[in-house]
Amino acid sequence: MPHNERLMPHKEPVAVVGIGQTRHVAARKDVSIAGLVREAAQCALEDAELTWADIDAVVIGKAPDFFEGVMMPELYLADALGAVGKPMLRVHTAGSVGGSTALVAANLVAARVHGTVLTLAFEKQSESNAMWGLSLPIPFQQPLLAGAGGFFAPHVRAYMRRTGAPDTVGSLVAYKDRRNALKNPYAHLHETDITLEKVQASPMLWDPIRYSETCPSSDGACAMILTDRTGAARSPHPPAWVHGGAMRSEPTLFAGKDFVSPQAGKDCAADVYHQAGITDPRREIDAVEMYVPFSWYEPMWLENLGFAAEGEGWKLTEAGVTELDGDLPVNPSGGVLSTNPIGASGMIRFAEAALQVRGRAGAHQVDGARRALGHAYGGGAQFFSMWLVGAEPPQN
Amino acid sequence: MRDVAIVAFAQTAHSRTSDELSEVEMLMPVLHEVLDRTGLKTADLGFVCSGSSDYLAGRAFSFTMALDGVGAWPPVSESHVEMDGAWALYEAWVKILTGEADTALVYAYGKSSPGELRDVLTRQLDPYYVAPLWPDSVALAALQAQALIDAGATDERALAGVAARSRTDAAANPYAQLSGPAPMGDYVVRPLRRGDCPPVSDGAAAVILAAGDTARALCARPAWIRGLDHRIEAHSLGVRDLTESPSTRLAAERAGAFARPADTAELHAPFTSQEVVLRRALRLDDDVTVNPSGGALTANPVMAAGLIRLGEAAARIHRGESDRALAHATSGPCLQQNLVAVLEGEGHAA
Repeated sequence: MPHNERLMPHKEPVAVVGIGQTRHVAARKDVSIAGLVREAAQCALEDAELTWADIDAVVIGKAPDFFEGVMMPELYLADALGAVGKPMLRVHTAGSVGGSTALVAANLVAARVHGTVLTLAFEKQSESNAMWGLSLPIPFQQPLLAGAGGFFAPHVRAYMRRTGAPDTVGSLVAYKDRRNALKNPYAHLHETDITLEKVQASPMLWDPIRYSETCPSSDGACAMILTDRTGAARSPHPPAWVHGGAMRSEPTLFAGKDFVSPQAGKDCAADVYHQAGITDPRREIDAVEMYVPFSWYEPMWLENLGFAAEGEGWKLTEAGVTELDGDLPVNPSGGVLSTNPIGASGMIRFAEAALQVRGRAGAHQVDGARRALGHAYGGGAQFFSMWLVGAEPPQN
Repeated sequence: MRDVAIVAFAQTAHSRTSDELSEVEMLMPVLHEVLDRTGLKTADLGFVCSGSSDYLAGRAFSFTMALDGVGAWPPVSESHVEMDGAWALYEAWVKILTGEADTALVYAYGKSSPGELRDVLTRQLDPYYVAPLWPDSVALAALQAQALIDAGATDERALAGVAARSRTDAAANPYAQLSGPAPMGDYVVRPLRRGDCPPVSDGAAAVILAAGDTARALCARPAWIRGLDHRIEAHSLGVRDLTESPSTRLAAERAGAFARPADTAELHAPFTSQEVVLRRALRLDDDVTVNPSGGALTANPVMAAGLIRLGEAAARIHRGESDRALAHATSGPCLQQNLVAVLEGEGHAA
């Protein structure tokens, strides 16, 4: 193999220069699907002070088409997203899709195929019922496994058994994220009267997951403008720079699968840290936006992502380390537990991480955040996508 | 920009129904075949990307089971598009261009048999103004065909000629679903007759992409991707001139298709009339061999049929039957979205 083939071809650095979100609510009855996505895209363009004409390509993602009852809705959305005459790609990698979509868009810039790309993810869950949309008909799935909670509750229980975590930890996560959401004007749930006692007293849905430890069902969209160094130089606000990004997948079910801490998640994080030159994530990363649809996934992912040793994640949560003013704030935006337009939830994590390092997160800004991790997962804890963004351009 | 090539291609023998097979069972032999052609194993792959549709499968996350067929353990770097596999190939090509991968497995599958395809495809139309009317895919293609006839661009006899040529060519393609002489039959939706329309198909396809010397090591005559681009048009048929395909023209320009003439073109034209539109958009003259595989008129596994065009064009280069080929894929009603690839072999084959 000649020398030049062995060398990694130099990638174009990728910058996030525009971020836009809709107000996330249970039902956006005031807008069509096209109106919803255009609102987020328009906000991102305004943030970047760009126009539709500045966009070279559109990469859109969402979770199953059954959630809106529209097959391949990007075809119909081409006009609303200014994509006519441009390339348009539609990504679908289950719950991780919002993150994967951003990474596909970032690669278009990194490969120098395009200079400036609009990436967007959405879900308008009020158009259908997400729980039943996710429940496969028999014989594909056993009865009584209704919705994602039914699938994930046994894995949470396995985590508790394995680590000896006290059963109070889940409520702490929900109480923190719902309070963080009060500082985020875009968050779906604004429970101004939230107390820890209320979380603990909420009904048990899928033992050990309580109602208040479960994500809501939201309508919403999130958009980002990704660009190259030339585009970043024109950015009116500080950009966020992509220091690493990766996807990993493993099968749904197989002998030896670790549902508590899937190998694909560990591998994905290791790849991202390697790209970004991170050797001690706990010390070197200032804020984390991780995909926590059920409260217990915070301590589980803290271990899977290398922020805590195996069996130790719940101790960080219990000690308040992951609070907004802790030394490793997790989900300062309020997270998936406060806002969950499923297909967009991963991109919101990626975008919120970028907002933190741009210093533009408003009331939920983590002071001095220079490096932040965005994380998403999907399917049967089998699809992972992550990126690490920084306030400075990448070194290599 | 890195040199990337299609180094292997495999497909199912496409059929009207595959009741006895799950999607993963339909897909697995194709994945094994394409890996065997290169000697690669799943663990060697730098990237995996697939295309499929939940609406064909009738269940959410249908692509997750297909990963079992890939054997994604240890975990793989993997993605999926809810599009024809041609766009999965595009995503994989970009991934290799970044330098993050040297090889990629791309696959696509579609089982149309569980539902009524003409009804299912109405669900991809504007959900507020068009889908409630349930205009089916043949009816929309018929509008396009009539517009072409009205514009003097073709007539029913010329369309029958496209159908006959496709069926004749498919006789040499063991994977085609239909082949040999066939009557044009009755009108399905005027002016389109049975012979103008594609069969309803179940099937799958896979290709392997590789960069530079890796490609040369895996394939005697790689099909180099000299250009690859895709473009989308407005969704509403009312704002489009259905006799033209500006998105195909633009994608072809961006892919460098007009720099030199090609000897072969594999066009994803499920209806005879759409071949007429695409030939005009790509400025193909009669010297170009069009759809030597028989094309989508002889096997049309939705979500895989576009990737098959890229695979068939590449396979002709692998076999030394083409030096420069265009491959085209489409999506959406009446050719709304189009992808064009320019593939070349090194050295003169003939």
